[in-house]
Order: sequence, then structure tokens, then C-alpha cells
Amino acid sequence: MSNNVKSRWLPAAAVAVTATLLAACGGGSSDVAGGGGGPAAATTLTVVAYAVPQPGWDKIIPAFAATPEGKGVAVTASYGASGDQSRGVVDGKPADLVNFSVEPDVTRLVKADKVAKDWNADATKGIPFGSVVSLVVRKGNPKHIKDWDDLLQPGLEVVTPNPLSSGSAKWNLLAPYAAKSNGGQDPAAGLDFINKLVTEHVKTRPASGKDATTVFLQGSGDVLISYENEAINTERQGNPVEHINPPQTFKIENPVAVVTSSAHLEQANALKNFLYTPAGQKLWAEAGFRPVDPAVAADFAKDFPTPQKLWTIVDLGGWSAVDPALFDKDNGSITKIYKAATG
Amino acid sequence: MTVSPFFKYLFRFVALAYLLVLLIVPVGLILWRTFDPGDGSWYAGFENFFTSISTPAAVSALQLSLLIVAIVVPLNVLFGVPTALVLARNKFRGKSALQAVIDLPFAVSPVVVGVSLILLWGSAGALGFFENDLGIKVIYAFPGLVLASIFVTVPFVIREVEPVLHELGTDQEEAAATLGSQWWQTFWRITLPSIRWGLTYGIVLTIARTLGEYGAVIMVSSNLPGQSQTLTLLVSGRYDSGNEYGAYAVSTLLMGVAVIVLIAQVILDAGRARAAK
Amino acid sequence: MTAVIDPNPEATRPGSDDVRPGRRGLLRGNRYGSTSLRVGVASIWLSVIVLLPLAAILWQSAGGGWEAFYRAVTSRSAVESFKVTLTISLGVAIVNLFFGLLVAWVLTRDEFPGKRLVDAVIDLPFALPTIVASLVMLALYGPNSPVGIHVQHTKWGVGIALLFVTLPFVVRSVQPVLLELDRETEEAAASLGANNWTIFKSVILPALLPSLLSGAGLAFSRAIGEYGSVVLIGGAIPGKTEVASQAIRNAIETDDRTGAAAISIVLLVFSFAVLFVLRFVGSRAAKREELAP
Repeated sequence: MSNNVKSRWLPAAAVAVTATLLAACGGGSSDVAGGGGGPAAATTLTVVAYAVPQPGWDKIIPAFAATPEGKGVAVTASYGASGDQSRGVVDGKPADLVNFSVEPDVTRLVKADKVAKDWNADATKGIPFGSVVSLVVRKGNPKHIKDWDDLLQPGLEVVTPNPLSSGSAKWNLLAPYAAKSNGGQDPAAGLDFINKLVTEHVKTRPASGKDATTVFLQGSGDVLISYENEAINTERQGNPVEHINPPQTFKIENPVAVVTSSAHLEQANALKNFLYTPAGQKLWAEAGFRPVDPAVAADFAKDFPTPQKLWTIVDLGGWSAVDPALFDKDNGSITKIYKAATG
Repeated sequence: MTVSPFFKYLFRFVALAYLLVLLIVPVGLILWRTFDPGDGSWYAGFENFFTSISTPAAVSALQLSLLIVAIVVPLNVLFGVPTALVLARNKFRGKSALQAVIDLPFAVSPVVVGVSLILLWGSAGALGFFENDLGIKVIYAFPGLVLASIFVTVPFVIREVEPVLHELGTDQEEAAATLGSQWWQTFWRITLPSIRWGLTYGIVLTIARTLGEYGAVIMVSSNLPGQSQTLTLLVSGRYDSGNEYGAYAVSTLLMGVAVIVLIAQVILDAGRARAAK
Repeated sequence: MTAVIDPNPEATRPGSDDVRPGRRGLLRGNRYGSTSLRVGVASIWLSVIVLLPLAAILWQSAGGGWEAFYRAVTSRSAVESFKVTLTISLGVAIVNLFFGLLVAWVLTRDEFPGKRLVDAVIDLPFALPTIVASLVMLALYGPNSPVGIHVQHTKWGVGIALLFVTLPFVVRSVQPVLLELDRETEEAAASLGANNWTIFKSVILPALLPSLLSGAGLAFSRAIGEYGSVVLIGGAIPGKTEVASQAIRNAIETDDRTGAAAISIVLLVFSFAVLFVLRFVGSRAAKREELAP
């Protein structure tokens, strides 16, 4: 009987020992091969971000760790559709710093008492970087896409994400809306174009800007509407695509805010401030994002051509007017078009 | 009935071809992509593999998955064995209802499992006061992962132990009782050893299912690398961020676990057959 | 002979029971603590883990009233996802019905080197995580396919992934029955001059029918709820490849909690109906076996 017991418990004991040994090995948040073995961080900050800024954060995080404020601070970043991430933080997803695609996703957190009301009251307006809406096509531009009207070519399939979950989707639809409605002065014309575009040319429903890129790279669709920074990074990865900035496009501004319930407010604020330093701005520019610092922007002017007409959210009345009118879950004009088209 | 040689070979060929195309080739392809470094040196392929599964995020994922297993398995054994006992040995009102409830997890989609947990334990859920007032976070925290894993593994131990108890009958236990054995002595010395094959089988299935759960955990986890990513979440996380090789590497690791499970099943089957004789 | 858990163990054990007159009084109750205590513990455990979360789904969908439920369930995205899910799952169940029977036949009636290995490999889809299955399918049938088959974002891609994960159900359901089949009847029929097809149709198939249906039903039930294995290869194209589980996830992520709950309930009803029918058929078959000479 004792033999039985021994032979039964031996494998269990072996597993327990292995498990303990494994537990002793260091884990961490870095997923870079061979990137283990740094000194254990005293603090870990969690950045909850929208889908596409990973190239930027991948540069920022090590640079921040090299600064005096960033010493001993490890940063974990989570990427996903802006709306979904924002709702997640409201529902309890851990976050110290948030970086969303559109301002309403931060406003949601303000309403939930997770972000201070004055998060964008200072000179920076809470926006450390941005981009413009861009059209990504297959290499060689076989369909000769140059402007918004070209998207309405019969049989052309356009890939853009779901505005109910994605911030990218909102920018993508605001750009043609602003162009066609002359900055919101003729809403009917704008909505008419959106209607034609979405109903006849949008067939897929990716949840985020990144998912939309993935769907496009996997062979679906002829044109992807996306951020210029996402287009740049996709090209840098060697994919057979190119991008065109239409003559009239939209200025994308991506907010960053500190979460007030963070246990590491000092470090979170330090990280946020780092984004606005010339060093930080340069890193964002190198990652393909348009910096807000005018000096850095001047240095990178050739990477970021100025469009003929750049509409901004202010032209349309600001997010507090645009978001409920166009993107409200049930009554937004664009949301209704989108839901009717894709179900 | 004896099948003509033509049909015999035809059936064999078609069946094996189906299995080859559906099972073997895709799995083999992943192994190839993981271990083939492209420059001819097979050694480098293994090196790439090991580097990819030993990044800090991967080690954390492994630790998290094993931790969940370490909690789920004992709980399932602790509650599952008595449940199997009561199902096999007793008649009581509502027994068929209990049987049906035990089978429920088989009928529930993993996404529905995640949704149900969110709707129950989430901050806007039926038991939202746990999080809002008592500060006990379930969703987007470790308990959520555990609850999701237990939900999907509830039936395994029970369903493997119950038939064994059924077939065993109560002779030995009755004999022990008449000889004055206490209930815990009878349990430890007679019942437990006699169900050990079924129990081990159930535990192996539980471990495999827990390590492999994806649909439910992706909904209740905050999916932060190094903190709340299980091995399966690591696979999809890597794939999403373009690290395809990394996804293949972790998949190979999980396939290795699956193969070990299959081997364990074969061994346990043999053990059960021997014990039955 | 492995991982398929028979949904009704008592059905395949006709004649066994735990009522043995005379002995029970001595043992029931005191041996392991009272029965009602154990039943109570089991009930609480299962309630907290399984029933309470499912009840929360009912609670959420009932909260908006019947109207909200109806609206959510008949919304375009829900209906399209149901159509996609049900058609592909049905197709997959039927295909695996045929091939599962074939594989089970070959495994029980044929002998060849490596048969034991093949037998063990059948359970691989059970042991493999669903997301790994998705990646595996994508590697072979996606954009980087070495054989040039690119079915990602199509119904075929979803179908192949579901074939993969439901492969073992029919095989493991039919195998034990086929093994225990009494060859005498077949030999009798053969000696009476029946050809192979007739023997198969009139002797073997009827005996296998309950297990075939059981396996196909389990496969169907699994396929309609599947998420992990289709998520990478399907692409969630509404109306074409978005399955119900993806529609549910989409709903909960966009905070449409009632919609998610409503679609979940429909999915659950389908699964329960299939499994209920299976249980019914299974116990009917068991009774018939009991009564057979």
C-alpha cells in the first residue's frame, strides 16, 4: 500500500517542484526575445492605449526608463480598440495612463471619475501627438485612388473599422464628411457621401484600426482608410502597400491622460510629461506620428507633407458637439448609417 | 461482414488521407515553421524556439497558466469526487437535474461563459456590489480567470469518476464498514485507490482544458503582458502585434502539452484496462 | 475509447442500478456524512460556478423587457450571425458524420501498422487549445499557405477550422459501439445471401444510428459555440463569416449588454435542445437494448 502511495504522489511532487522552480524564474512584461535580466522594477505603470500607437510606445518606454524620473519604472502597455479600451477602464481594467484615439473616450473616463476634469486645460491640451487620415492602397495603386470620390468607384471595397468600438473609425468617417460637407456647413451632402461609401463599399467590420490593417493585409478590400502613422509603419514593415493623403483630409489628435485612481501618480505624470519633451516628441516623429512641438515638426517636415486642406474637429464644433450628433450609439447620424449597412 | 480488398484499401486510404490533411499536415506545418530557421542549421531553430518562449512575458504567461491550474485542479477534485460519490451511490430528488447541470458546461460556448461571468461579477453586473462596495475585483482580475476555468472544467472529474464508482459497487466499502472502519478511513484506503485511474484521467483532462482555455479568458482578462496573460492569450497577443513566429513558438509549446496529454491518456487507458481485468 | 464524455452514462449501462434492497439502509446516510449534506455541497458548488453566471445572462436580458430581447435577437447582425453559424455548423456536422464513421470503421475493422498511433492522434483536437487550432489552420489555409490555398475570410476557412475541432466527436461516439457490435447478425445475413451494402444498411447502420446521431449532435453543439478556432481564420465578416460567438463578443465590447445576453440565450437554447434530444434518443436506445433478447 505504501508503494502505491509513493508512486502516486511522486509525479505530483515532481510537478510541484518544477512549478516552484518556474515560479522563481523572473517573469515580466517585456516580450522582446532575450530581453530578460534587467533589475527588477520598483514600480510598474500600466498604459492602456488605442490600437496603433505601439511603434511609438516601444520607443518611448526604454527612453523614459533612461531618464532620472523613469529610473526603476517599468511600463506595460495594452493595445486595443479605443472605445473598447475606454469602456474597459471604466469597468475596472487597471490603468495608470491612458492614450486613446479620440477625446470622447477620455471624456467617458472623466464622467466615471477616473480622469481629472482639467486633464486638457493646460497649454498642451492633453494632446502629445497626432496624424492625418490617409488612404492605404496596394502597391502600385492599381485602382488609381487619389481622392475621396475615387472610393465610390463601382465594385471597390473599402476597409474601415467599426465606429462603435474604434476611434480610428470615427476619424476615418469624419474626414470625408468634413470634405464633402465643407466643414459641416452642408451636413446633408456629407452624410450622403458617407451613406454611399458605407452602404455600398464597406463589407467587413473590424473592431479596431489595427484589426482593419490586418484584414487589409490579409487580402480583403482595395482601400484601407487609416491613420497616416499606421500607413507609415505598415510600409516600414515591408508590406506591399503605399499610402495617399487625399487633398482634403482631417487632423487626427490623440489624447493622453493620467488616471486619478493610479497608485503611482507621480511616475504617471512624469511619463506623460516626457511625451511633450523634445526628446519624446522626436521619438514620436521617428515612429511616424506627427509631433505637436513646432520645432520638432519643422525637423520632420519632409516626412509629414501638409495637405491642401486640413479640417479639424474644431471646424465641426468640437467633440462635445460632434460625438453625440454623429456617433451616439443609438442616434448618431453616422452610427445609424453604419448599423443599417453592416447590421 | 468482410469487405472486398478494393473497398478495404479505399476506405483506409480515404480515412487516412482525411486525417492527414485535416490533422497532421497543419500541425506539422506549425512545427516546421517553429523549428526551421531557414538557414539549414537545425540547432538554430531550437535556439529560436527557446528564446521565444523564455521572454519575460512568456515566462509570466506560463506562471499564470500554471497558477490557475494549481487552483482549479484541487477545487475540482475537492468538490468533484463527493459529487460523483453522491451521484453514483444515492438516489435523491433532483438527481437528474443535478446530472443535467453537470453537463451544462459542455453546451455553453466559451464566449457565453465569459459574458455570463461579466454579467454576474462585473461592476455593472448582478453581483456588482462585490467590486463596487467590497472592493473585490473579479473581472479583469485573477479570480475571473479562475472562475472561467472552473466553469469549463467542472464536468471532467465528475464524469470520469462517476462511472468507475458505478461499476465498482459498494461491496468493499460495506465490508470495511462492518469491520468498523470510519468513513474517512474507508474513503482514503478503499474508495480513493479504486477510482485513481478515473480520477487521474479527469485531472489530466482538467489540466489540458484549463491550459487551453481561450474564449472565456479573453473576455474576463485585462490581457496585460506580464500580468494577466495566460499562454493562450499570449499566442493571440503575439499574433495580433505581428510577432507571428512568437505565436507559433508558444503554440508549439501548447501542442507539446497536448501531446503529453494524449500520451497520458493512452497510458491511463492501458492502466484502466489492466485494472478492469 | 478516451475523452468523449458520454452525456448520459446511465444510458450505456442498462441494467445497472444502485438500489440493492436490504443493504441500503445500513449504509446510506452515515458512511460519508448524510446524503443531504453531500447533495447540498454539490448543489452549492454547481450553483455558484455554473448556474449563477447563466442566471445572470437571463437577468440581464430580462432586464430590458421582452421587447428589448426581441429587438436584439432579430437585429440584422444577430440574424446574420445565426444564419452563418447554423449553416456552417450543420455542414460540418454532416461532413464529420460521414468521415467520422469512415474513420471509426477503419480503426475498428482494419489492421495496419501504426493504427494505435492514429487512434491516439484522433483526440488531438480535444487536447489542443482552440486558438492554437486557429493558428494551425491559418498557417496552412491562410495568406502564407505553402500549398496556395487561401480561404481566410471565407466560409470555407471557418468550415475547415470547425471540421478540425469537431473531428473526434463522431469517431469517439461510434467507435465503442462498432467494437461491441455482434458480428453474428452480420454473418447470418451474409449466409442468407445479402450483399455488403444490404448488410451495412439493414444490420450495421441501425445499430450505429444512435451513436452516429449522438456524435453529430455533439459536434454540432460544439461548432455553434466555437470561438477560438475561427477567430483568426474567419475575419468576422458580417453575413459571411461572423459566427454567433463573435457577434456576442462584439456586442459586449460595445457595451450592448442586453444584446450580448439575448444572443447568448439563443445559442444556449440551440445547444440545450440538441443535447436534450441526444439524451432522449440515447435513453430510448438504451431501453431498446435492455429489451432486446
